[in-house]
Amino acid sequence: MAIDSPVSLPLGWPRRHPGKLVLLAAVLLWLVFGAPKSPVFAALREWSPALAAGFGQNILISLLAIAIGSVLGLLVGALAVSPLWITRLPAKIWVQVFRNAPWLVLIYFTTYVFPFELHIGKSWISFPDWVKVTLGLALPASANVAEIFRGAIGSIPSTQWEAARSLAFTRAQIFRSIILPQCFKRMLPPWMNLYAVITMGTALASLVGVHDLIDTAQIASNTVNRTGFTVLIYFSVLALFFAYCYPISRFTQFLERRYAFS
Amino acid sequence: MPSPETRVGQPLISLRDVHLSFGSNRVLKGIDLDVQRGQAVSIIGPSGSGKSTILRCITGLLPTERGSIRVGDTDVHALKSEAQRIELRKRVGFVFQQYNLFPHLSVLENLVIAPRKVLGETATNAEKHARELLAKVRMEHKADAYPGQLSGGQQQRVAIARALAMRPELILFDEVTSALDPETVGEVLTVIRELTEEGMTCVLVTHEMRFAEDISDVVYFTENGLIVEHGSPEHIFQRPTNERTQTFLRHALGDAGRRPVASGDPFLLSNISRYSLSV
Repeated sequence: MAIDSPVSLPLGWPRRHPGKLVLLAAVLLWLVFGAPKSPVFAALREWSPALAAGFGQNILISLLAIAIGSVLGLLVGALAVSPLWITRLPAKIWVQVFRNAPWLVLIYFTTYVFPFELHIGKSWISFPDWVKVTLGLALPASANVAEIFRGAIGSIPSTQWEAARSLAFTRAQIFRSIILPQCFKRMLPPWMNLYAVITMGTALASLVGVHDLIDTAQIASNTVNRTGFTVLIYFSVLALFFAYCYPISRFTQFLERRYAFS
Repeated sequence: MPSPETRVGQPLISLRDVHLSFGSNRVLKGIDLDVQRGQAVSIIGPSGSGKSTILRCITGLLPTERGSIRVGDTDVHALKSEAQRIELRKRVGFVFQQYNLFPHLSVLENLVIAPRKVLGETATNAEKHARELLAKVRMEHKADAYPGQLSGGQQQRVAIARALAMRPELILFDEVTSALDPETVGEVLTVIRELTEEGMTCVLVTHEMRFAEDISDVVYFTENGLIVEHGSPEHIFQRPTNERTQTFLRHALGDAGRRPVASGDPFLLSNISRYSLSV
C-alpha cells in the first residue's frame, strides 16, 4: 500500500539549492585561481598533509571509542534490563556515573590514572595517550549506548512479549528472535547521532597531548605565526569536522524519517 | 436445563472458582467454566467483566490467586516454573485483538519462527505447513509481505494461521474482530467458523453476538468477574433467564425481535424503555 502524501514531491537537490551551488562554485574557482598567489594559502597547502594526518587520528579515536563503547554499552544495557536487581544495580550505577560526568574529566581520569606502560609477563606494553583518550571517550559512549539500548527495548510494545510468550517462546528466545531485531533498527538513528557527538568530542584529545587535528593546527599556527593563517587554519579545522559530522547527522535524519512509519 | 457439556466425558478445559485481582481491583471473583474437546465456546459480556483475563489465565499468561484451572491433564494453577507453562502454551493457541504479528518478519516467517525455534521442526517442514495454513486462511498470495503492508483483517487471518502453525489442541480468541472495520470482520469470522466446523476446540471472547449465537455450542455471559449465566446459544440469546443478561443482549443486539415478550402494559411509564424509540 502506498502512502499518499498531501505534500507535492520536493524538487531535486540541485534545483533546490541554486544559491548555495553558485557560492560553492565561486569559492572553488577562487581557491584554484586566486589562492595560489597568497602566502597564507601556500602555508596551508604545506601544512595540509599534517592536518590530514591529525584528523585521521581523530577519526581513529572516534571509531575505536564508538566500537568499544557499543560493545560495553550493549553488555551494560543487557544487564540493566535483567530481572535480577543484583545485576541491574551495577549497570544502573555505571550508566548514571558515566552519563553525568564531563567528558573532559573522564579523559583526564583515564589519562592520568592508567599507567603509561603495562607490565605483562616479561614484556612491557606501552599504553599511549591516544588509547587512553579512546577509553576515556568509550566510557561515556558505553553509558549512552546502554541507555539507547534500554530505551529501545522498552519501546517495543509489551504485546510483542505477550504474543511471543503465547507461542511458547522462552524469555531468551523472545529476546533473541523478537525483541533484539526490532531494537537494532530503532537504535540506529540515536546511535549514529552519538557517534557524531563522540567525533566532535575527540577534539578534547589535544588537551592531554595527543597529536590530533587541533594539536596540529596549534603547532602550525604557532610556527607560521601569521594572523591570517591562524584564522584560516581554524576555519579549515571547523570545515573538516563539519564535513565529517554533517553527512552523518543528515543520514541519521533520513533514517529517522524512514523508520518513523514502521 | 440440558446443556451440551453434560453429554460428553471429561472436559478439555475446566475452571473452578477462579479468583484474580490486579491490586485492589478484583477482576475474577469465582469463575466456573467447562469446555469439551471439539466445542466452540463463546464468552460474552460487558467490557471490563474479565473475559480476556479468563483466556490469559487459561494459557498461564496471568497467574491465578485461588481456584483451579485444568487444561487436558495439566493443572495450570499448580504450574511453578516458566518451563512448565511453556509446555502448556505449546498446546494452546492464542489470537489477540491487536493481531500482535512480529513486524520485522514477513508473513511466512511469522508462521515459521515458533515451530522452528520452539518445536524444533525442520525449515522445509515448517515452511510447507505454513504455506498450507496460509492457503487455508486465504493469505497465500501475501506470504512474502510484511505485516505493516496488510490490512487489519489480513493481519488477523495471518495471526490465526500463526497460532495454528503450532498445531494446538485448542485456540483462544480474544476479541479478534474488535479492532477491525465492519467490512473485514466477515473474512476473519469465516476462518474461525471453518475451524470450528473442522472440530478445533475454540474459546472465543467476542462482541459479535450474531456470530457467537451462530457457531457456539455453549455461551457464557460474564459480568463483574462472575459467570452470570451460561447455556446453549439458543437459551442465552432467545430465552435468557437472568435479568442482567437480558439487558445486555437488548443493548448489544439492538433488535426489538430479540428480547423477551413484554408482559407489562406498554403505556405504563416504567415499561416505555423496553420499546425501541425509532423517531
